[in-house]
Amino acid sequence: MAVLAPPRERPIEEGGQAGRSLWQEARRRLLRNRAALAALILLALVALLALLAPWLSPHAYDEVYWDRIAAPPDFANAHWFGTDGNGRDLFVRTLYGARVSLAVGIVATFVSLVIGVSWGAIAGYFGGRVDALMMRTVDVLYSLPFMFFVIVLVVVFGRNILLVFLALGAVEWLTMARIVRGQTLSIKRKEFVEAARAAGVRPLAIVRRHVVPNLSGPVVVYVTLTVPHVILVESFLSFLGLGVQEPLTSWGVLIAEGAGQMESAPWMLIFPASFLAVTLFCFNFLGDGLRDALDPKDR
Amino acid sequence: MDPVLEIRGLTTRFATPEGEVVAADGVELEIAPGESLAVVGESGSGKSQVFLAVMGLLAANGRSTGSIRYRGREILGLPPRELDRIRGARIAMIFQDPSTALNPYLTIGRQLGEVLEVHKGARPAEARARALAMLARVGIPEPARRLDQYPHELSGGMRQRVMIAMALLAEPDLLIADEPTTSLDVTIQAQILHLIASVRRELGTAIALVTHDLGVVAGLCDRVLVLYAGRVVEMGPTDALFATPLHPYTRGLLRATPRLSDPLEVPLEAIPGQPPDLRRLPPGCPFAERCPEVVERCRLEQPLLRAAGPGRRVACHRAALP
Repeated sequence: MAVLAPPRERPIEEGGQAGRSLWQEARRRLLRNRAALAALILLALVALLALLAPWLSPHAYDEVYWDRIAAPPDFANAHWFGTDGNGRDLFVRTLYGARVSLAVGIVATFVSLVIGVSWGAIAGYFGGRVDALMMRTVDVLYSLPFMFFVIVLVVVFGRNILLVFLALGAVEWLTMARIVRGQTLSIKRKEFVEAARAAGVRPLAIVRRHVVPNLSGPVVVYVTLTVPHVILVESFLSFLGLGVQEPLTSWGVLIAEGAGQMESAPWMLIFPASFLAVTLFCFNFLGDGLRDALDPKDR
Repeated sequence: MDPVLEIRGLTTRFATPEGEVVAADGVELEIAPGESLAVVGESGSGKSQVFLAVMGLLAANGRSTGSIRYRGREILGLPPRELDRIRGARIAMIFQDPSTALNPYLTIGRQLGEVLEVHKGARPAEARARALAMLARVGIPEPARRLDQYPHELSGGMRQRVMIAMALLAEPDLLIADEPTTSLDVTIQAQILHLIASVRRELGTAIALVTHDLGVVAGLCDRVLVLYAGRVVEMGPTDALFATPLHPYTRGLLRATPRLSDPLEVPLEAIPGQPPDLRRLPPGCPFAERCPEVVERCRLEQPLLRAAGPGRRVACHRAALP
């Protein structure tokens, strides 16, 4: 019997170039956008600084130097941003503030992403009474005054950073749900959804496999807009004294303190405020770049 | 043998703010195993709605009455979960525009695999191997590479081949093709039609071809059913129907089909007028307003579908019967 050719273990690579996914395509376009690329690099830098905060400075964030209260930037003592009104190093405190602000921004946005996308996609896809019930719930929650909600939470549970996460997540997902529902309404009329139904795929599987991936463009963009919004709201809450607890801090707290002494010690306002402003700008530029990169019209 | 699909008295109504629209009115048809039937009509004649009703895919405001049987089993009004065992598995459908019928975010391999996972409980590796074989079967070059590509990397004709492959994966008895070539180039159209013809020949899959293009019908289908304003006006074997159309509307359609042999100076004959408003159908024949042979009776009395020769039926008061 003739010797058989050894079976091929796996299909040979034909033509070399494998399929380039929409995501690869979008990433390529995003990286070609200079503003978005710069924003991405700056954000990475801020995140890295926040993560490495304890090792970047000889000072601890809660260490008080009684002899250097509200001292201007001073390189001899490694107070690069100066000290605050209690004699604590402002550089370390700004980076710790970045930790809190970024964490609040990212966690609250993630919560809003998960709840908002599933809520909106299910409401939009199933339509009819389900849709009406779910979206009216959103409308009711929307109409609750946010500050009132937060103040009630603070009164009942005391000041707690977890509460800030909870309150922000509970509010931010509403907008996400509305956006996702609107997108789902248009996606569910696409033929590939009809094709999936004609192929006998169950409704929830259609939502998971066909609707949600197609939402990713607008959702990703909205996420980049939600993160700065959440950071801003957290700053606002902390500014009012409803946010994080001393000695922990956030950009909002630092800015509030700095604003009180901007005439005598402007560095206490300038540094945290610039960090906040740069971060917000970066997220907005990134969102802008993502919107262009994911725009189906350019595909 | 039981027909693969038997439709009796199918009436599909849509409730709209402007009143009730009757998209299909007492449609009757049957498709034998391995047979190919063309459903012909102009836009808005209800030809797509009939098959969307079969698949349980009518828009939310649509209601169907009558009977739709798959191999003798009533499927109209089945709950979606039970219908899911038939649609996609026993009856598959391909759509007009392959560029929107594929999910842009999933690779071809995953979309093909979905059918097998849903209906055959196949494992991913097995599904991939069968998807690969099916892609090769429908004439896609380099099928292994295509599996990992996304729909936007394929041409329109290639995508329609993928749709056909997807429809055939679960080995259906009936393939419903809803204007499968409308959005394709003419040369690609011919290829896709050849593919559908070869699928039927080799796999014995019955075909229901929905089209407005009589040229497509001639080469591919055994029988033709002509729909007008949601009603069957004529049906019969393709050759006989083309040779001696009995209904004035069928004659008009045939005359309005351009032929390459026609001299360019002679303008193409069109059927005058517009299809009737489906919200306010006249009491008589729906074609009466446009019919060159109309008589008083046509406007008063709705013509019923009656036998007219071997395998032929027509709904016209004026049709000369043998």
